[in-house]
Amino acid sequence: MTPVPLRPDLAAVAAAVPEGARVLDIGCGNGQLLAWLRDTKGVEGRGIELDPGDVAAAVGRGLAVVQGDADTDLADYPDAAFDVVILSNTLQAMHRPAAVLAELVRIGRSAIVSFPNFGHWRVRMSLSVGGRMPVTRSLPVSWHETPNIHFCTIADFEALARDMGLTVERRAGLASGRQVALWPNLLADTGVFVLRR
Amino acid sequence: MDERFGLDRRVTLPGEFPLAGGGVLPELTIAYETYGKLNAGGTNAVLICHALTLDQYVASAHPRTGKPGWWTRLIGPGKPVDPADWFVICANVLGGCMGSTGPTSIDPRDGQAYAMRFPVITIADMVAAQARLLDHLGVGTLAAVIGGSMGGMQALTWAVHHPARVKKVVAIATAARHSAQNIAFHEVGRQAIMADPMWAGGAYAAARPPASGLAVARMAAHITYLSEEGLTEKFGRRLQNRDAVSFGFDADFQVESYLRHQGLSFVERFDANSYLYITRAMDYFDLAEPHGGNLARAFAGVQSRFCLVSFTSDWLYPTAESRRIVRALNAAGAPVSFVELESPFGHDAFLLDAPEMNRVIDGFLTA
Repeated sequence: MTPVPLRPDLAAVAAAVPEGARVLDIGCGNGQLLAWLRDTKGVEGRGIELDPGDVAAAVGRGLAVVQGDADTDLADYPDAAFDVVILSNTLQAMHRPAAVLAELVRIGRSAIVSFPNFGHWRVRMSLSVGGRMPVTRSLPVSWHETPNIHFCTIADFEALARDMGLTVERRAGLASGRQVALWPNLLADTGVFVLRR
Repeated sequence: MDERFGLDRRVTLPGEFPLAGGGVLPELTIAYETYGKLNAGGTNAVLICHALTLDQYVASAHPRTGKPGWWTRLIGPGKPVDPADWFVICANVLGGCMGSTGPTSIDPRDGQAYAMRFPVITIADMVAAQARLLDHLGVGTLAAVIGGSMGGMQALTWAVHHPARVKKVVAIATAARHSAQNIAFHEVGRQAIMADPMWAGGAYAAARPPASGLAVARMAAHITYLSEEGLTEKFGRRLQNRDAVSFGFDADFQVESYLRHQGLSFVERFDANSYLYITRAMDYFDLAEPHGGNLARAFAGVQSRFCLVSFTSDWLYPTAESRRIVRALNAAGAPVSFVELESPFGHDAFLLDAPEMNRVIDGFLTA
C-alpha cells in the first residue's frame, strides 16, 4: 500500500525524523503522520491524542495511541524514552507551552515542534490594517472557537528556546509547505524546530 | 468431527491443579464453548474472559435463561470478533457455577460437593486453568485475549504470566487491582449471603439456596454497575404501578421493583458459594503486589500489544484505573492504546451497544 502523501507541514516534520527511530507524536490526531513514518521510515511510533474519535481512527490504523492531554500526561513518561518526540501544530493549544517543551526534551532525545507563525505577514496585516484577529490557512478558526490559546511568532519561539537553554539543531520556516529562506518570521506561515536539551 | 470444539463443551483435564493460595484441586473440569475454526497455523485463536457473574455462553443462547449470548454485540458474524475469521474460546472461570470446577462441584475424594471446603482461588488460578484448556485444545499462542471487568483482570494477568502466549490484550472497564471501595461493595454482598440462615455455612442443598442473601448481594452489586445518571434517566422517582406512595415498604418506586427483579432472577442462574469465591478472587487481585506495588515492574516482561478502554460514567472501575495501567505499560515500554469512551450507562456500558468500542477493537485486532 502506497502511503498517502502528507500535509506539507507534516512532511517537513517527517523529513526531520531518522529511519527506524522510536517516535512519540503528541497530538497525533488520526495518526496520519505516525502511520506514514511507520510505513516509509520503519519507525516505532506511539501517539497521544485528546479526541476519542481520532484515537479510535489511529488505533484502527494499527497504531499505539493513548487518549490523553499533553498538558498533564507527559509526566508519566520516563526520561529519554523516545528518540524523537513530535509536537506538530499543537503547542499553541497548550495551557503551559514552556512546561510542555521542557517535557518534550526530557522524554525525547530530540523534539520536533511545528506551530503556526503568528508573525506571518497575513496575520500582521489582519491585525494592523483590518484590526481583526486573523483567519488564515494555517489559522482557520475564528478567535472565539479556536483551541489555540498561546500564539507565538518564530522569533518568540526562538527566544523561548534560548531562555530555556535548549539547543536548536535545525529550524525552518514554511510558506504553503515550501521552505522560506528570507525573513521567515514575516514570510513563513509555519515554523518547524528540531530541539535538544 | 473433533469433540473438543463446538458449543457447550466440557472437559476434565488430567492431573492435579495447584493453586496460588497453596491448595491443590485433585482434578480440573472446564466448561467452555468454541466458535469458528482454528486455522492450520494456529494463529487465529481469541480467548474471551468473562466477568464476575457471566459465563461461557458469550455468543450462544444461555441454557437456563434462553437469553442470547452476553457479548453478541462484539462477537458474531460481521462483528469485530467474527467466527468466520477467528477461533473464539470462552470458558466458565474456575470457581464458577456453569460447569467448571467450583464450590458446587463434587470433590472426587469423598463424593461430596466442595461447598466451603473449596480452596480460595485467585484471578491467576483462573488464568492457569484457561492455559490448561488451551493446551487441551492445541492452541499455543493466542492472537488476542479480550475481557471486560473481571475478564479484563484475566486478560492483563495473561500478558504478565504467559507473555509468550499472548499477542494482543484488550482490557475493558477494568483495573490492575481491587480498590478499597471495590472490596467494600463485595464484602456487603458476601455478608448478605452469609447472613441468610439458608446459607448454613455454605452447606445448603441446591434446591434450597440462600436466595434472599444472594438476591440482596446482586441488588447491591447491580447499583455499582449503573450510574446515577443512568438510574435517574431510566427510573427517576417514578412509581411502580401506582399513583401515590403506599406509606409502607412495598416496592413503591420503579427502581426498587427493578432491583428486586434483578436480585430474584439472578438467584435462578447463579450459586451463592460461587459468588463468595469469585468476589474473593477479585478482591485479592493486585498485579503490582508481588512487585512491591510497582505496576510497571509487573509489566516488565510483557510481549503483547495492549488496548484499554474505559467509560466516562463507570465509577466501579473508573478511567483513573485504566490510566494507571497505561502509565505502567508506557513505563515498561509496552505498546499500548487507550481510549475513554463517552457513555451514561456506568460500568455496564461495556456490555451494551458501543459502536466506538467495536471500532477500536476491530482496528486493534486487524491492524
